[in-house]
Amino acid sequence: MQRIGVFVCHCGTNIAATVDVKAVAEALSHEPGVVVSQDYQYMCSESGQELVKNAIKEHGLTGVVICSCSPRMHENTFRKAAASAGLNPYLVEIANIREQCSWIHKDIASATDKAIILGKAAVAKVHLNAPLTAGESPVVKRALVIGGGIAGIQTALDIAEAGFDVDIVEKEPTIGGKMAQIDKTFPTLDCAACILTPKMVEASQNEHITIHSFSEVSDVKGFVGNFTVTIKKKARYVDETKCTGCGLCTEKCPMKKVPNEFNMGLDNRTAVYIPFAQAVPKVATIDPNYCMMLKNGKCGVCSKVCSVGAIDYKQTDKFIEQKYGAIVVATGFNPIKLDKYDEFAYSCCPDVVTSLELERLMNAAGPNGGTLLRPSDKTHPHTIVFVQCVGSRCDDEKGKPYCSKICCMYTAKHAMLIREKYPDTEVYVFYIDVRTPGKNFDEFYRRAVEQYNVHYIKGMVGKVTPKADGKIDVQASDLLANEQLHINADMVVLAAAIEPDKTARPLATMLTTQMDTNDFFTEAHPKLRPVESATAGIFLSGACQGPKDIPETVAQASAAAAKAIGLLCKNSITCNPCVAHSDELMCNGCSACEKVCPYGAITYQDKEFRMPDRSTAIRRVASVNPAVCQGCGACTVACPSGAMDLNGFSNSQIMAEVDAICK
Amino acid sequence: MQTFTYYPGCTLRTKAKDLDAYARASAEALGIGLIEPENWQCCGGAYTSATNEPATKLSAVRTLMAAKETEGLVTVCSACHNVIKQTNYDISRNEAMAVKVQRYLELDEAYTGETKVYHYLELLRDVVGFDNLKAKVVNPLKGKKIAAYYGCLLLRPSKALAMDDPENPSIMEDFIRAIGGTPVIYAQRNECCGGYITLEDKAQAAKRSNAVMSSAESMGADMIITACPLCLYNLKKNSGSSLPVYYFTELLAEALGLKEVGNE
Repeated sequence: MQRIGVFVCHCGTNIAATVDVKAVAEALSHEPGVVVSQDYQYMCSESGQELVKNAIKEHGLTGVVICSCSPRMHENTFRKAAASAGLNPYLVEIANIREQCSWIHKDIASATDKAIILGKAAVAKVHLNAPLTAGESPVVKRALVIGGGIAGIQTALDIAEAGFDVDIVEKEPTIGGKMAQIDKTFPTLDCAACILTPKMVEASQNEHITIHSFSEVSDVKGFVGNFTVTIKKKARYVDETKCTGCGLCTEKCPMKKVPNEFNMGLDNRTAVYIPFAQAVPKVATIDPNYCMMLKNGKCGVCSKVCSVGAIDYKQTDKFIEQKYGAIVVATGFNPIKLDKYDEFAYSCCPDVVTSLELERLMNAAGPNGGTLLRPSDKTHPHTIVFVQCVGSRCDDEKGKPYCSKICCMYTAKHAMLIREKYPDTEVYVFYIDVRTPGKNFDEFYRRAVEQYNVHYIKGMVGKVTPKADGKIDVQASDLLANEQLHINADMVVLAAAIEPDKTARPLATMLTTQMDTNDFFTEAHPKLRPVESATAGIFLSGACQGPKDIPETVAQASAAAAKAIGLLCKNSITCNPCVAHSDELMCNGCSACEKVCPYGAITYQDKEFRMPDRSTAIRRVASVNPAVCQGCGACTVACPSGAMDLNGFSNSQIMAEVDAICK
Repeated sequence: MQTFTYYPGCTLRTKAKDLDAYARASAEALGIGLIEPENWQCCGGAYTSATNEPATKLSAVRTLMAAKETEGLVTVCSACHNVIKQTNYDISRNEAMAVKVQRYLELDEAYTGETKVYHYLELLRDVVGFDNLKAKVVNPLKGKKIAAYYGCLLLRPSKALAMDDPENPSIMEDFIRAIGGTPVIYAQRNECCGGYITLEDKAQAAKRSNAVMSSAESMGADMIITACPLCLYNLKKNSGSSLPVYYFTELLAEALGLKEVGNE
């Protein structure tokens, strides 16, 4: 006979204000098998746990039901308490009477009734609970960082610092990401390259860090502590081990009309190229879309001038496989394409640029050597209009519903830098709101307004129209003065919304991690687990999780590293015993479970069986790899013969709960 | 020969006879059959924004129903096109409204947006093809710098009309290239001409239409073309500009050797 203890928590007033907890404890005390039923103010507190432990010992309990908050909050707490009192931790059940009851109901009578029903269901289930033992699985002491921007670099450096090997996979020919393209950083106005490039060099020189540049993750298998990842090293047609980065090939390459993506297409590069002077690794890459040798076999200049014989036109994509214990996603962001915002004349007027393009126009290594000139006629602009929130905080499908967060600050930075360097230039900024929370951020914005006399105007720009004389008419509304404005501008700068990189979604599928509707990776808990994904062993770093500036990105990158290090420090991790298993006598080998398993945990084996007539038959049956299974239960639903069952959530347990609710 | 139902609309019978005549002649030359439905009525013009009132849909649905047997319904006037296409879009998404209209009109079954509506420009682009049009041009408008004026109604609301990018359209420019001219891109090409307020506030209408004309003129246009009778009237009469304004069908007919215009 089962001896079950029921413990009803008040959670202060969180539960007790809408649920009559004493009535719940009383009602559940009459359930079959219940030998003790108590309520307490905070069951998760030290003394609350003591209450549970003492009851287990005193009454010789064989099962425990806690009526409290969501099992996501405190299931582990009570399992540990039960274990310390000698009860198998998987004999504890939680009835969620807070999130699913007290918080969502107002009427005390009906909330109490519901809490009693939820408690009864848990009691019915715990009758059928079996003791489970968690297995252990070893941890591979190596981490993978996907993305080599400032987030990925910082995470890799921190993990390497702790003494673990880290691989960075970067899809571009160099690490550095967006920060490498930025001219100055807010709010201190120090040069981005000056603070980033030493970190890039440090990463390349660190004995624990391996950089796979121009590479992509093409497959991920396995689970926390034991991922197997296939990395595709794209053909760069240059032998990385031989190239010295002398740059002679890039000087001699006759194909000089390739849009330079590092300078946002504002100037050209050659078909064989090194993205920028401080690239890491400083190795040339041949662009097969433009290289005449690769396209039609006629040229070969780079091969002739290369003194070390690094050019290899026959190079193909290579795949390498590596095992990792932890994976950190740092895939970053991109500004959105502005092709749906033709009211700002971006596609038809070269003097309408995005903020990232302006960074390059103002950068000493940019197309104009750091002098701000209009792209159309290379003249000095005297009136510049900034338009904020282009595609951000947008209520239709053209743009993004969220605030891109960084634009207010970088626009203030641009405005200030232009006023500082070219005091004869008038600068207008059109904004919906100026959002500058952050250390020294609002002071920075005030300086732009008060010290540098940047004209901040609350209102949006309606239309940007290039005129015959080369000027640009900016029509806008000033919401505070309630008037229509026409500004005769020389340049317009659009603060384009930022969005996650396009590679993020296929990657999320490979990693079986969750994303939100905007394709940002979802953290395991928005407040308490901000750098972990809900999938064990996958961590999040930087703007792949949401819009972030550099200080915030670096902070999150180090936090993700700390979490990854915490995992890598362990020699083994405890597995979840609530996994599926197959009853081989019932399984007919139909493959239905294998098809629905998102983790690839199910395989088939031919096994010998004694048949009822004492003959021997070979049958194909499913078997579950308990280390890979995540216990999602999809197979138990798909199985037509009822052979698949989930430990801790068996079909009979679920049915017992349903029966108890419907009684 | 492909055959379409052709809905001229009231203005094309009065003020905008040229728009109509050249459209018909050109279609014939391009091998497109246009059949005018018998006893057609007003498109329902003024009522499009009254989305909840079935009475405002009846007129457009009658026209749409008349085209059920042909390959589609072709309109030329920007306003008629706007009204009919919007009604078609709304009714295909609003079953309750479709049933109400069915009862009003005593139809055997509800009309739910089966007819495909083409603007004449879409007919040229999607059915004839601008490349085929180019091949049939006998009198290319070489050296003519032509500014396309879209106005407010032709492209918007863009979801319902689904014709072109409302902020950076290209259909009329592609048309101009097909007939041998050089398109002039200018800022005001998709802005309102002020035609709707001519009776109320003539000064404002003059200001708006002048902004359109001078914007085109400043970019070096020799002439403006439009599909809208109201725009044409307003640009000609209220703008104070001497830049010639034509219906696009006039230039089409000229390029196809059906009439001599635009050379004065």
